[in-house]
Amino acid sequence: MEKLHNMVNQLKSNTWLIRIGNTVNRFQAKVNERNAHRVVHPFWIIVRKEISDHVRSWRFNVLLFLIALTCFGSLYTSITNLVDELSRSSNADDPFFFLKLFTLSDGSLPPFHVFVGLLGPLLGIGLGFDAINSEHNSGTLSRIMSQPIHRDYLINAKFVAALTVISVMFFALGFLVMGFGMLIIGIPPTAEEFLRVIFFLLLSVLYVAFWLNLAVFLSIRFRQAATSALSAIAIWLFFTVFYQLIVSMVAKAMAPPDIASQGQLLGYQQFFVNLMRVVPSQLYADATTTLLVPSVRSLGPLTMQQAYGAIPSPLPLGQSLLIVWPQLTGLIAATLVCFALSYISFMRKEIRSR
Amino acid sequence: MGQSIIELKGLTKRYGDFAAVDHLDLSVYKGEIFGLLGPNGAGKSTTILMMLGLTEPTSGTVHVCGIDSTVNPIDVKRRVGYLPDDVGFYEHLNGRENLLYTARLNHLSVHEASSRVDHLLKRVGLHKAAQKKVGKYSRGMRQRLGLADVLVKNPEVIILDEPTLGIDPIGVREFLNLIVALSREEQLTVLLSSHHLHQVQQVCDRVGIFVAGSLLAEGNVTALSRALFSDKEPYVIEVVVDTAGIDNDGTQLAAVKSALLGLNHVTSVTFDEGTWRVGSSNDIRADVARTVVNSGMGLLSLTMKEYGLDDIYTKYFEGGDAYGKIA
Repeated sequence: MEKLHNMVNQLKSNTWLIRIGNTVNRFQAKVNERNAHRVVHPFWIIVRKEISDHVRSWRFNVLLFLIALTCFGSLYTSITNLVDELSRSSNADDPFFFLKLFTLSDGSLPPFHVFVGLLGPLLGIGLGFDAINSEHNSGTLSRIMSQPIHRDYLINAKFVAALTVISVMFFALGFLVMGFGMLIIGIPPTAEEFLRVIFFLLLSVLYVAFWLNLAVFLSIRFRQAATSALSAIAIWLFFTVFYQLIVSMVAKAMAPPDIASQGQLLGYQQFFVNLMRVVPSQLYADATTTLLVPSVRSLGPLTMQQAYGAIPSPLPLGQSLLIVWPQLTGLIAATLVCFALSYISFMRKEIRSR
Repeated sequence: MGQSIIELKGLTKRYGDFAAVDHLDLSVYKGEIFGLLGPNGAGKSTTILMMLGLTEPTSGTVHVCGIDSTVNPIDVKRRVGYLPDDVGFYEHLNGRENLLYTARLNHLSVHEASSRVDHLLKRVGLHKAAQKKVGKYSRGMRQRLGLADVLVKNPEVIILDEPTLGIDPIGVREFLNLIVALSREEQLTVLLSSHHLHQVQQVCDRVGIFVAGSLLAEGNVTALSRALFSDKEPYVIEVVVDTAGIDNDGTQLAAVKSALLGLNHVTSVTFDEGTWRVGSSNDIRADVARTVVNSGMGLLSLTMKEYGLDDIYTKYFEGGDAYGKIA
């Protein structure tokens, strides 16, 4: 203790350190001074306020806690199973060993990307369901709208702010998992694995952005925050639970007879898969599995002719991206449609006080 | 009167078949306090929203500070401060933070914003509550914060929609005095909408009476009452006298009555249970008092009844069917 104290004292009296400290302080003061006199564009003022609101809100922190918990839970299960997997695996030098951190599970707890598929919508809905109607109900909307800003600043800023919060959160969690994984298993990711994880994180952000936009649209559409939250959750439940049921019912009813030709069977399969792909969560699940499990080479049925001659090795990143391109486009399109809907309805809305 | 700073011409706003505002023409001059008076649902708020460019008019034009609000709402909003009725603030932020946010939305740097906000908080008497969360503010404090919020952008015109709603009488008086003081200090034009006649009467230079989407009359309160009650007397002076000293035969009464009738501007004189009612076309309180005292009667009190906005109001609504829809 004594030693430490002496060391700290020595450090404190070190002229170099003092000089550096003073320079840093002066620089800090200069920056502060400049910032104090700088006029920031109102759009970024709104973004800043929204971000600080999100970060300080209980709602976001509860969701963050939930997602962090599941994230580390699945990290734990994947690491405990990694050793077994390694011994079981036929080729000891699997080039995508590191990615297994994100996908491996023993069935007790689903892997991380499945969790995100499940909780992501909740996060998006949680950040967006009262974006506009709470401002309206608290009477702040008309006050903000009477400031010299364009009307779309508010909705754009809300979107940008929520998206920033989500991206920071996902990237932080993803990098934390990667860091912990490196520390625990002692294997660094290859460049391709790293890129795959980055694309996976981007995809997750995009997926949450879709739900966020849907929730924002509902928050413009419905005056009561509870109504908009409930209808967003209803849409989410419909897509995750009931849509599958309906599709399987339809599929059963339309099942081709046993004597159907191969072409008929294939068409039926294709139709069935396409029906499932209307759901954003299906798109997300397809895309993430392709990105995180490089051995996945097709998302639809493969005929013998197509599979014939294929080398059973993992796909390179470019090819995996090509496979998920339609899914990616679909997700982006769905997100944009929701955003456009909310944009138009907000621009047309007559803003009165409460 | 000076130049007009708010100019509405043929302004109309329809919601389906219902005309909320119907061919409204109105001018508000620079530096005056104008009261827009009308019952609920008369279209006051809609008119204000159109002035700020928050709602587009169906037809007609709005010019504020010489700028067309429909085409250039941003420029208008830069010059006009608007306090909505039932103003809301971010409840999780304190008063100062709320104002700083508004200031920064108006292109002020942190440095300018904080000095301006501190000055305004002191001016509206909220500097002690500046660090308190707005969720804990009382109604009156909220309104004062709203006034500070409106002034943050250093406006030329401020528009207050029902600013005194829900404040206690003392709060109302303080608030209105604050508005008057601020408007004189900063040379502001104030447009104030209300259905509270007395309050408007206290502070406004001119009022416009607004019913069912159109302006029925405008002018200052006396001019309005003169125009409206030209068939009656614009001034009624009530004199209460001591009945104990009056002779029973009525000669003294007759003498006083004729003396009062002999005064200039007097149009009618009646006596009822110790109270003289003198109707006149001008303020002649001094003459009436002198006459009564000289006649030897004990003068107990003398009040002049001016026709207030109440009377103007009922006059307009007794014939109209502003409330016909409800009944």
